[in-house]
Amino acid sequence: MRRYLAGRLGQAVAVLWAAYTVSFLVLDLLPGDPVSAMAAGGLDQAAIEPAQIEALRREYGFDQPILVQYLNYLGRAVRGDFGNSVATGRPVTSTLADALPYTLQLTAAALVLAVVLGGAVALYATYTAHRWLRQLLMSLPSLGVSLPTFWIGLMLVQLLSFRLRLLPAFGNEGAASLILPAVTLAVPTGAMLAQLLAKSLLTTLDEPYVQTARAKGAGRTRVHLRHALRNAALPAFTMAGILVGNLMAGSVVVETVFSRNGVGRETVSAVTVQDIPVVQGVIVFGASTFVLANLAVDLIYPLLDPRIVVAAAQQRSTG
Amino acid sequence: MSQSLVGEVEPATGPDPDRPRHPEPGVIRGAEARRLVRFLLRRPGLVLSILVVALVVLAAFWPTLFTSRDPLLGVPVDRFQGPGAQHWFGTDELGRDLYARVVHGAALSLKATLIAVGVAFVVGGTIGLVAGFVGRWGEDVLMRIVDVLLAIPALFLSLALVTALGFGTVKVAVAVGLASVASFARVMRAEVLRVRQAVYVEAARSTGARWYSVLLRHVLPNAIGPVLVLATLELGIAVLAVSSLSFLGYGAPPPAPEWGTLISTGRNYLANAWWLSTLPGLTVAATVLATNRIARALDGESATQR
Repeated sequence: MRRYLAGRLGQAVAVLWAAYTVSFLVLDLLPGDPVSAMAAGGLDQAAIEPAQIEALRREYGFDQPILVQYLNYLGRAVRGDFGNSVATGRPVTSTLADALPYTLQLTAAALVLAVVLGGAVALYATYTAHRWLRQLLMSLPSLGVSLPTFWIGLMLVQLLSFRLRLLPAFGNEGAASLILPAVTLAVPTGAMLAQLLAKSLLTTLDEPYVQTARAKGAGRTRVHLRHALRNAALPAFTMAGILVGNLMAGSVVVETVFSRNGVGRETVSAVTVQDIPVVQGVIVFGASTFVLANLAVDLIYPLLDPRIVVAAAQQRSTG
Repeated sequence: MSQSLVGEVEPATGPDPDRPRHPEPGVIRGAEARRLVRFLLRRPGLVLSILVVALVVLAAFWPTLFTSRDPLLGVPVDRFQGPGAQHWFGTDELGRDLYARVVHGAALSLKATLIAVGVAFVVGGTIGLVAGFVGRWGEDVLMRIVDVLLAIPALFLSLALVTALGFGTVKVAVAVGLASVASFARVMRAEVLRVRQAVYVEAARSTGARWYSVLLRHVLPNAIGPVLVLATLELGIAVLAVSSLSFLGYGAPPPAPEWGTLISTGRNYLANAWWLSTLPGLTVAATVLATNRIARALDGESATQR
């Protein structure tokens, strides 16, 4: 077990390092650096003197060989220092840390909604005996993944905020303002989850052990929830990393639609003014949510399915 | 050189039952056509989807078939007209006809989608092809890079690329395409690994075909099918991703009628002009649903029918 954990942790660290490297390659090697973006008038359109540009270049270390730059930045990033925002001058880490609670609230609420709604749709679609209801429920997820997230948000605002005046449309004051954004963000994720779960439920229900359970006299509901769901949920559970990544990406759009504070809003304004240090911080942050979610799955999975650790141990001894 | 020899060897080994090399023209074609008609008749949703995609493509190339109005010409007297016989989708804050704008926007959106999928297909496909064909450490290095790309949520990756490349429809499309390279590389590699083991590849090798000829004439044509299906699946995702990025304001600059931009400007008039973001959004949704339905048909149903 300890070996399994060490291996997983090592993998997580390697992915984070690689994600940092990719973001460095994309943002620092492509034409244009933060300084020329500043000079091009990303901020206040004022022309910057060539001498000033040189000074800035030296300050940010752009006059050094690319490998030296990379190692410098990597060394700082390991210590949690992603530099200062070009636009505001504040440290990237504290900019993101200040925005994080809002995004966490939103994504956590959306995740709960997505699991509950997506799970309910998948369970009932595979449970119901009515053909038409089954087909209707089965078509919901593919509809959910086809609608643009920002459009769902706008439609909800239009209907519930402007027509019916039930919920606030914008901002992040109070719990009521969380409802619409969370629902919006939950739709694509819940739909994806429902697709996965329904598919694996259908295969599981065909398994011999389910037949055995039925033959032993277990009721339909009991077979569905206690026998089939337990195994069918495992594949959906392993997708948690991708789902959390989706939620984080979705929060960028949803926070913009609802004018909420958060990491997504920071990202959008950073991209707009080409604030490279912030964007880099966001990429590493996005990758780390994916990595953390996967790590959590890896830690919990052996408790749900003990075969995993055994298989991993065998793989190591043979390979 | 060895190519003519290889060309003769290949059909003899009979590698691909899906595509008969020498069908008897009349008989087969008639039967196939009838089977296709029966296949489609049982799936009205699929027929509708093909129709929607055909309309979008037509609108992209010949917008004047659908509307004679100028998408950029505003008639101030007509501003904020609701949908009706005069203006099917209503008019916007400058009195421009929204239907004309959506129709003319199809070209920009289709262009962006095709560029995105094309970039992902070519770059991802090449990585996968090389990784699968070269094997050993080359494969390891390439596939580890692909794994890392998968770990960064696609939208963050394309946002980073947009930061580096700049704004505009084409740049957004390239960013979306590069962000979805990973899945193409994976599928392509898996297919190449499968095909590489096939008897006809071995036969081609043993008859002395050069590696590039084996790769291009035997491995690639037989490995590309599932990657093409993935490309159709990716169309819908690309439409959504491109419209998200143009909604965030990184797409075409204002007067251009891009779908995401249309929805985004409609956001300012949600309270008094519901149609401005609703109807372009429905257009995007219909397009994505249609391409997804077609992709699903290509992926599973037609294959199991055979």
